[in-house]
Amino acid sequence: TPVLAEKFGLGRVALPEEIAAWDQEVRPDGTGLPVGSGDAIDGEEIFADKCASCHGDFAEGIDNWPKLAGGADTLDHEDPLKTVGSYWPYLSTTFDYVKRSMPFGAAGTLTDDEVYAITAYILYSNDMIEDDFVLSNETFFDVDMPNAAGFIVDDRATTEYPQWSGEPCMENCKTDVKITMRALVLDVTPNQTAAEPAAEAKV
Amino acid sequence: MTNKTSRRAFLRGAAAVGAGAATVGAAAAQTPDPLITKVQPWASELGDGVDAVRYGLPIEFEGDVVRRNVEWLTADTISSINFTPIHALDGTITPQGCAFERHHSGAIELRKEDYRLMINGLVDRPLVFTYADLERFPRENHVYFCECAANTGMEWAGAQLNGAQFTHGMIHNMEYTGVSLRTLLEEAGLDTAGDLSAKWVFVEGADASSNGRSIPMDKALDDVLVAFKANGEALRKEHGYPVRLVVPGWEGNMWIKWIRRIEVMDGPVESREETSKYTDTLADGVSRKWTWAMDAKSVVTSPSPQSPIKHGKGPLVITGLAWTGNGAITRVDVSKDGGKTWETARLAKPGEKMAMTRFYLDTDWDGSEMLLQSRAMDDTGYVQPTKAQLREVRGLNSIYHNNCIQTWLVRENGEAENVEVS
Repeated sequence: TPVLAEKFGLGRVALPEEIAAWDQEVRPDGTGLPVGSGDAIDGEEIFADKCASCHGDFAEGIDNWPKLAGGADTLDHEDPLKTVGSYWPYLSTTFDYVKRSMPFGAAGTLTDDEVYAITAYILYSNDMIEDDFVLSNETFFDVDMPNAAGFIVDDRATTEYPQWSGEPCMENCKTDVKITMRALVLDVTPNQTAAEPAAEAKV
Repeated sequence: MTNKTSRRAFLRGAAAVGAGAATVGAAAAQTPDPLITKVQPWASELGDGVDAVRYGLPIEFEGDVVRRNVEWLTADTISSINFTPIHALDGTITPQGCAFERHHSGAIELRKEDYRLMINGLVDRPLVFTYADLERFPRENHVYFCECAANTGMEWAGAQLNGAQFTHGMIHNMEYTGVSLRTLLEEAGLDTAGDLSAKWVFVEGADASSNGRSIPMDKALDDVLVAFKANGEALRKEHGYPVRLVVPGWEGNMWIKWIRRIEVMDGPVESREETSKYTDTLADGVSRKWTWAMDAKSVVTSPSPQSPIKHGKGPLVITGLAWTGNGAITRVDVSKDGGKTWETARLAKPGEKMAMTRFYLDTDWDGSEMLLQSRAMDDTGYVQPTKAQLREVRGLNSIYHNNCIQTWLVRENGEAENVEVS
């Protein structure tokens, strides 16, 4: 349908410098990648300085902070480990996210070469490149992402909606009902005030 | 504690004794109720003046109706979640002050004077708007729910958290005022974009996380709002002040807060928030992406673990909330026996599109144990599934989009617990 453009004459034209400052995203086809380069050896040093306090020296993650490496071939396991190596479909996302939003608490402070080097170190930590591989806007697509083919577009309209539609059962829907799991056995709900049931019910 | 409070506490105690004597139906009181027969201080002395509170908070006795955090869920409280106290609320409008928060780099402070919104990419003229500019476009008002994609996510593997606030409280429902995204895109002009059916918008926030998400153009031109008011007043800081995106029916992550840029593009960005996160892994290890809509869902908010039955047998109001991202709620059924038999509940109002619906089942409780469930239906004919049905299709690892039927075990003493049933 054609868009009927009723103009109000509000706002002003964005200047190229302004667009360049905010339009930073990198797309899967490499659009938005700046010119630059870095390797895992440089990356290791930067990572140790700016990333390892949360993500670990080998990108393996500390405490509850995200693990960036490991987990290969675990996606169909009971407890999959989803990392850049095991899960992320596009390398562009790693560059884009690190450049715009990392380090946590000091986002936007890395140079483009630093982001290339950190990205290279994350790839190296995932055994995806050799230590002498120089990642750059030129070599960006020489890296294979193991789970690139691991995603499908939302298919609920065919796999779920038809079978969960229509008049539901109202009477005699089950013969027997048994309790199979109880939250109080796990006991991981935060304590509220003493008078509240979460604490009282815990006997 | 002040003397005044102690005296009130004493009187409340006395009242409880009086009420205790009258537990059986409308039986006669044995002794006169001093709350009636004695002149109370509030019926004699003076209350607060109109200048005492310029912007009020709830009365202190409602101090438990607050957002709560679950520490073990996330690494820190900055990129984290808290929960709306839905167990204690009624109606459908969520008070902003206790409406849940989800941030990825904290709730930022952004003055209207410092606010800028850019529209760029495949538009005729890339534009910059100030906050004042946005207030000059024609406005719309709509009530919509915002549900985090991860709401109920901790319950995939079993019954974990004991309370509707924790299992279902990553949600709020507000009346938004704003400008349609369509109006802003048309102001920039979409002739340059050509065939719009294959176009996308990428939207990002002003915060460090940016929370960038790709939205297909047909949704962007349909009902998405660029909102600056919620429930009548400016957005709260933690909900995106001064401007946020409202994406009716779709997962909360896409409701970009502190929105600073909208780019018209010929494809999705596949940003971190739509690849690493907000993708749903199935049992075979393949993951769904772009699972935008939130399917029909409901929960009994009372009785529930944080809202036990304290009044004994007799009249009982079973109540809860239902919502769907695919249209309007048409019906909610309630079961007291874990799904063997169902009764159709009463909707407080006819369901509204992509907004919360309140339901009631006014019942007579005989004091026996119940396994309470609710089951929502929407105007597409979709019926809220059980957790077993969901698991059969998806397995246990999809993290997001858990819209299963919830079960509360209500014991004879009125206490309730989060359980799973066969």
